[in-house]
Amino acid sequence: MLINETWLKSWVKTDIDVTDLSESLTLAGLEVAGVTRCESLSPQVVVGEIVAIENHPSSNKLTLCDVDIGKHRPLKVVCGAPNARVGVKSAMALIGAELPGKGKIAKARIQDIVSSGMLCSFAELGIDEDVDGIAEFDSTAKNGVPVNDHLGLVDNVLDIELTPNRGDCLSVSGIAREVSTLTSTVVRGPKLKPYRATSGRKFSISIKVPEDCPRYVGRVIEGIRVDARTPDFIRERLRKCGLRPISLAVDITNYVMLELGQPMHAFDLDKLNRGIIVRHSRKGEEIDLLDGSHMEIPAGTLLIADYRGPIALAGIMGGADTAISGETTHILLESACFRPGAIAGRARAIGMHTDSSHRFERGVDPELQVTAIQRATELLVSAAGGSAGPVIDVVSKKDMPRRQDITLRRERLHSVLGIKIRDVEVERILNRLGMNVRALLKGWRVRPPSPRYDIEGEHDLIEEVARIYGYQNIPAVSPRAEPGHRNRTESRLTPDRFKHFLVDRDYREIISYSFVDPTDQARMDPGNDTITLKNPIASNMSVMRTTLWTGLITILASNYRRQHRRIRLFETGHVFLTESNQRIEKSRFGGAVTGPLMRNDWGDGRLIDFFDVKGEIESLLAINGCREAFSFLPGRHPALHPGQCARITRSGKTIGWLGRMHPILQKEYGLDQPVYLFEMEMKGLIESSVPEYEPISKFPATRRDLSIVVDQSVSASRLRDTINSSGGKRLVDVELFDIYQGKGVPDGQRSLSYTLTLQDSSRNLTDEDIEEVTRRILNAVEKRTGGKLRT
Amino acid sequence: MSNPTLENLQILARESLDSIEASRDADELEMLRVRYLGKKGIVTEQLKLIPTLEPVDRKDFGQSVNSLKQKLNQAIKTRSESLARDAIESQLVSEELDVTLPGRYGTAGSVHPITRTITRMQEIFDGLGFDVAEGPEIEDEFYNFDALNIPAEHPARAMHDTFYVDDSRVLRTHTSPVQIRYMEDHTPPLQVVAPGRVYRCDSDITHTPMFHQIEGLSVGEGVTFGHLKGVLTHFLQAFFEADLKLQFRPSYFPFTEPSAEVDISCVFCGGNGCRVCKQTGWIEILGCGMVHPAVFKHVKIDSEKYTGYAFGLGVERLAMLRYGIDDLRMLFENDVSFLAQFH
Repeated sequence: MLINETWLKSWVKTDIDVTDLSESLTLAGLEVAGVTRCESLSPQVVVGEIVAIENHPSSNKLTLCDVDIGKHRPLKVVCGAPNARVGVKSAMALIGAELPGKGKIAKARIQDIVSSGMLCSFAELGIDEDVDGIAEFDSTAKNGVPVNDHLGLVDNVLDIELTPNRGDCLSVSGIAREVSTLTSTVVRGPKLKPYRATSGRKFSISIKVPEDCPRYVGRVIEGIRVDARTPDFIRERLRKCGLRPISLAVDITNYVMLELGQPMHAFDLDKLNRGIIVRHSRKGEEIDLLDGSHMEIPAGTLLIADYRGPIALAGIMGGADTAISGETTHILLESACFRPGAIAGRARAIGMHTDSSHRFERGVDPELQVTAIQRATELLVSAAGGSAGPVIDVVSKKDMPRRQDITLRRERLHSVLGIKIRDVEVERILNRLGMNVRALLKGWRVRPPSPRYDIEGEHDLIEEVARIYGYQNIPAVSPRAEPGHRNRTESRLTPDRFKHFLVDRDYREIISYSFVDPTDQARMDPGNDTITLKNPIASNMSVMRTTLWTGLITILASNYRRQHRRIRLFETGHVFLTESNQRIEKSRFGGAVTGPLMRNDWGDGRLIDFFDVKGEIESLLAINGCREAFSFLPGRHPALHPGQCARITRSGKTIGWLGRMHPILQKEYGLDQPVYLFEMEMKGLIESSVPEYEPISKFPATRRDLSIVVDQSVSASRLRDTINSSGGKRLVDVELFDIYQGKGVPDGQRSLSYTLTLQDSSRNLTDEDIEEVTRRILNAVEKRTGGKLRT
Repeated sequence: MSNPTLENLQILARESLDSIEASRDADELEMLRVRYLGKKGIVTEQLKLIPTLEPVDRKDFGQSVNSLKQKLNQAIKTRSESLARDAIESQLVSEELDVTLPGRYGTAGSVHPITRTITRMQEIFDGLGFDVAEGPEIEDEFYNFDALNIPAEHPARAMHDTFYVDDSRVLRTHTSPVQIRYMEDHTPPLQVVAPGRVYRCDSDITHTPMFHQIEGLSVGEGVTFGHLKGVLTHFLQAFFEADLKLQFRPSYFPFTEPSAEVDISCVFCGGNGCRVCKQTGWIEILGCGMVHPAVFKHVKIDSEKYTGYAFGLGVERLAMLRYGIDDLRMLFENDVSFLAQFH
């Protein structure tokens, strides 16, 4: 909220300077995000009144004006403005005055007549106003007074970021209350005295939904002057607080809203049909709004209606049909109290946010309505005349928001804050905040003031006491470590262990967005149901990823475009899947690799291949000590090369994929060299086991080499599994050391050579023992794979 | 063969020792050994001449021949060792490498600066006895808002710029729902931090639609606002390795009361005012407060018995301040030239 210093200080008598003021507001939770000094004018620009006017002897476009600047003799000024006329009070730039962007005013001879200054337009003063010709001030302007003083241009504007709980501070008087509390001074605003009725004119008001609108105050003002202008001080204050002057009635309702915090509305009385009805909207009702929009009102919206239909969305915006116009002479003012919840949901549901709804949804002081309408009447009548009817106050007492008594326990206050605050200090703080305080044996009974919707319980009072006492005055208590780590088990590794493994192998970690382009998703993981955001920030960030590969490949490709050729990336994070109509999130670990195996091209410059990556993944899988549980099986994945694709299983369950990116996809991403991709479930990686010691055999191990010739279609893992499962417990290790195809081996077959390590824990192995194991293995191999010993 | 005289033997000794000394490799040395000491070698032959000598000379001559044999054996051994040493030396010379050439695989990769930051933060909290918890990123509105005392029509809900998945599920807008899930599953006393991705529908120079937070929560008997100040002071000073000043300002979060925002004295100018702190000397760093009784009520923790504090830290902010990154968006572009700077 923007608020200017001079207006604020007219409400609270304090000589605190703006820097200290900002700091104390900020430290009390009303963050001053910035202080802007207003643009002021040279002091030689003063109020001047045209007291005589005559035509310029040699120009029919110019006039000669006698301008009274409070000295005994008026100055002669040449003026070309069409609105120059006797009685106009305008801005007179004296000789020597500097105007924004114009430089110094010098004595000038215009068409042979000397002009002792210049009458200025608003534009020349740097003020944004819709007035053609010279500036016109209201009658309160005193001749000769610097325009700075008349318009209050020497000022600062504070930008205060209010938290949503402090609806009570959305006004000058609200901030003034806070400042008075902080500076131990008194709030002393302008005298707000009831404006007595000068006519008997009333208007029918009925509230059908008192639970949403417990109070509706109206007042008829008849016979206002249509040409009345908003007084200069109001225009300037509105402008500083970020509002544009519009028309007298609107400016005054806005002014009262800024001053007191009560949003108001002014209807053209002549356009109202018989009376005001506050009710909920029915299905199919429509309204044209002040901002020019047309709306079908959702049923159940709180409305101000007359006997014809809706005339305003309560607390949000008025309708166009009953709005004030340039011809309006009779007005009905509205000053109502709406339940915050009745406004909050509605404004957002229909996508509207106004100064009015902003205040109502945070809560407007329920005791403010009559005061506000009195204040608006006074300002309106003094500027535009007219006669005011009596205040029509329709109220449902039982529905009025009421501040409840709250008990604040001394013990609780101290135990939450960790500090003992003296009773007198607590009471002083609460009193200064306008609370009604009664001392009890163990604390206090407190009733908050009517504007403080946010104070509902003891915790709110504790915060208020702490806030005013000063957070800086509550000492920090040095932390001591509490025993934690209840969720740390040795049989589960942290993802960091796996990340660091890849980092140490020259991989770079990336973090990409969890929402991706549906096109990328369809390429990398077609056929998987995706979760689509209802309100994505962009269409290429609209679906939740089902695989880490979408982000990885996009980022790999963008780095490739930046001339990088050796790119090794990994990412960890959630993927978002739909499995049997359930939405689930899984934590995954994935990577994308391309380019030369080694960083240095003085070597052979060989590109990375499937087995380079597989080797890295095998090492990675060995980290958790369960290497035996993992298998790589030939598989098919739409994003991968059909002949270079492995499904990774752990104890038979698929936990991931490894393979070369499908060459067609690779081309689509503009990549000219093979890319390898891998992705695994984090759960399948981090599950480990606590090592269990097994005695080491004292008897020597024996090695035997076996070469087996087998059909090419038999996978290495199948052969190895066969050897492993048939070898018995004396077979302690199997290692592949040679693959051969060619002379001596029939076409379509290959020879795989293994070193078997055999050992027994209780004795030396005899030749017969060894013979027995190899025979068993060879039998199984022949039976299950058709493989034979190479001879 | 010359006469078997001691004189001739001396000549033979000189000649043979010289040629051994002059031999150039193991083969030549072996040839010499055969030539002098072989079965038919010159020196061996001398022994065969002994019977031709006068009996009185035989003993002296025999001793001299044997002594020569020993000398030659020793000389061959010495020469052989010397030649072997030379051979190694010359092999070593031939194997010399330019050790300044770069090694193979010789680099390390990098963790993302966000991960680096989170790890560092977790380590500091680990030292204070905080456990680590995680939660889903697609959250029920209940956990993201209602259970945190942010009812549907609350103005604070509008400030969150929420991504919706469907009518009741959202991409979590903060890590605070993990508080709720953790308190549902654990009984006090408890201390936990929850790092993770969060999402808000906002994108400009200083906002990305996805970013990271670490939520902290401590609940127990006698936990006070003073403890909250102490823990955060310790954490921030440890994280920045600097004797920072902290400023606690009252603020508002529906799920804490009292609530505070915390500023640190600017890490770049030390509080004197600079571009980063917008001349204020302070940098806004986090939000925190004492757990609101309404939150305890949702998770059935007795707020009369227990009190607690919670805080939420923006990871990107800390990473940027710590590593001097001045453009938030760099963090998610993943340019390897950027990533490579974080070893």
